[in-house]
Amino acid sequence: MDQLAQLIVLTLAAGTPLVYPALGELVAEKSGVLNLGVEGMMLAGAVTSFIVAATTHSAWLGVAAGMAAGAALSLIFGVLTLSLMANQVASGLALSLFGIGLSAFVGLDYVSVVIEPITPVDLPVLTNLPVVGKLLFGHNPLVYLSIVLLMAIQWFLYRTRAGLIVRAVGESPQSAHAIGFPVARIRYCAVMFGGACAGMGGAYMAVAYTPLWVEGMTAGRGWIALALVVFAAWKPWRILAGAYLFGGVTLAQFQAQGIGVDIPSQYLSMLPYLATIVVLAIISRDAAAIRLNAPASLGKPFHPDT
Amino acid sequence: MLKLEPRPEPSRVAGWLSPLLAAAATVVVGFILFTILGKDPWLAFHAFFIKPLATQYGVGELLLKATPLMLIAVGLAAGYRANVWNIGAEGQLTMGAIFGGGIALYFQESASPLLLPAMLLAGVAGGMLWAAIPAFLRTRFNANEILTSLMLVYVATLTLSLLVHGAWRDPEGFNFPQSRMFGDAALLPILVPETRLNVGLPLALAVVAMAWLFMRRSLAGFQMRVAGLAPAAAIYAGISSRRTIWLGMLIGGACAGLAGIGEVAGPLGQLLPSASPGYGFAAIIVAFVGRLHPPGIVLASLLMSLLYLGGESAQVNLALPSAVTGLFQGTLLFFLLAADVFIHYSLRVARVPVRSTRLPGLR
Repeated sequence: MDQLAQLIVLTLAAGTPLVYPALGELVAEKSGVLNLGVEGMMLAGAVTSFIVAATTHSAWLGVAAGMAAGAALSLIFGVLTLSLMANQVASGLALSLFGIGLSAFVGLDYVSVVIEPITPVDLPVLTNLPVVGKLLFGHNPLVYLSIVLLMAIQWFLYRTRAGLIVRAVGESPQSAHAIGFPVARIRYCAVMFGGACAGMGGAYMAVAYTPLWVEGMTAGRGWIALALVVFAAWKPWRILAGAYLFGGVTLAQFQAQGIGVDIPSQYLSMLPYLATIVVLAIISRDAAAIRLNAPASLGKPFHPDT
Repeated sequence: MLKLEPRPEPSRVAGWLSPLLAAAATVVVGFILFTILGKDPWLAFHAFFIKPLATQYGVGELLLKATPLMLIAVGLAAGYRANVWNIGAEGQLTMGAIFGGGIALYFQESASPLLLPAMLLAGVAGGMLWAAIPAFLRTRFNANEILTSLMLVYVATLTLSLLVHGAWRDPEGFNFPQSRMFGDAALLPILVPETRLNVGLPLALAVVAMAWLFMRRSLAGFQMRVAGLAPAAAIYAGISSRRTIWLGMLIGGACAGLAGIGEVAGPLGQLLPSASPGYGFAAIIVAFVGRLHPPGIVLASLLMSLLYLGGESAQVNLALPSAVTGLFQGTLLFFLLAADVFIHYSLRVARVPVRSTRLPGLR
């Protein structure tokens, strides 16, 4: 039982780097903006948080800096797509390439640096309870925070007026504009929230999960997060399920090595990517359902005069 | 206040000016960056753009690195024009390297003149096979080709790593993850002595010319362009969107696969854990900077190649990390996308609207 509890704890830890960016991207896409730059924003968040954590010796300050870095990068994307009407697909790709290059450049001196990471909570008595102790009270603070974030987003999108406006902008920016909502400003906010979340996901990896900085350390998680949003049919709760599913798949490679399965590590490393492809194909098969769930204006630029 | 106004017609002048504007802006950012890093910007500029081209060898390197970039970019551009977003060229390149390189290793002792053509064909087939997967998933399961083609990059890279660490590892290679060196018959002949420039360049230029003819003069090319410009009109005209997706992906995959075998049969001469320093991704930028136009792509590939060489030179001469190349690549694409706004919009100084409370005809 204790082993099962431990496995669940590990799965949650492995899935959390996907929860943050996927939730952020979900909010951005709900407002009608498709930002393919998640991978770049995650890496920027990871490297920034690591550098700040290493220089200030405060991992939490690092997390804040990582969020700011992700948001700053998303602001570039926002200016391109929302003010200059650039193609969202091309701009998102540019952001990913830029983030990968930028993080490799600024992180070069920090590759073998050791930091004081954010460690899982360890409460007296509670964490040491049999079975449920670790399960309920043994996670990293950032894992708890990601679940709080999920609930907050669920509440915001479906229970508040502001959330309704965000969704309205994503469904029909023309109507929202006609009623008098500032479409571009709302989309800016959603995109930057997405950037901050992606930065947070990167920060979680750099200062809590691994905790170290390696060039390209997110290893495609930003792209998997994008697939997760489709997988979740743009519903926040399903993102959590999907992220932990992929967390479990990522974990398989370490577990298999642990119990002495003798196959080359590369096969197991391929699993998350192959799983993403398979899941994406299965989910997308029903084109009508995708059209129904996806925000209607997703990926389309909006200029009030056209 | 400045205001963007939609143009009645897209501006052709702005379309050709924007890459120049973007390149100039990137250079300015480079100057600022080097100054912040405490390097003399003029010295850095010299190390980045002049020094790599000072020798015949350097010019050869420029053309050598431009070869895969133009090849991949021209293939991707065919797809992008049809709204087929293949961003997995890096994986298709790697598969091309594996397929073509596999032939070279299997016929290690062969001196047949047919070996090299067979390798090139196998490389093309490998790239096409890898591009066929996203095409199939898109046409059969409606799966987004951006995400599937990108996921396959990781799978291809891991496959190559698996091979050079395992079955194809050089038995006399001191356990390094690399294959045997290819035989002479498996290497692309050198074009200019004293350089590494090989016949891949004329081959790539021929492919670029063919791609130009295909997009400009063939019915299928025309249909692809229509599908990209006006998807609804294309459906109305009976243009098969399946065929467009398949063509767009396969052309991209074939070109990337050829570039991949060109790398291993050219400058590398063996299979290594990585077949390219990110040419497949840089080619996306090349395609956009080149305006998805074959002649523009050739020019853009030279610029991007210079960025690679400049990065290496900056590493040697200025002790700057070569990662600065990736930074400049991203910056260039950002500026290009920003400058592209002037193709569809013009900048106007908006006057404050004159408010009139009087109704016409009344005092």
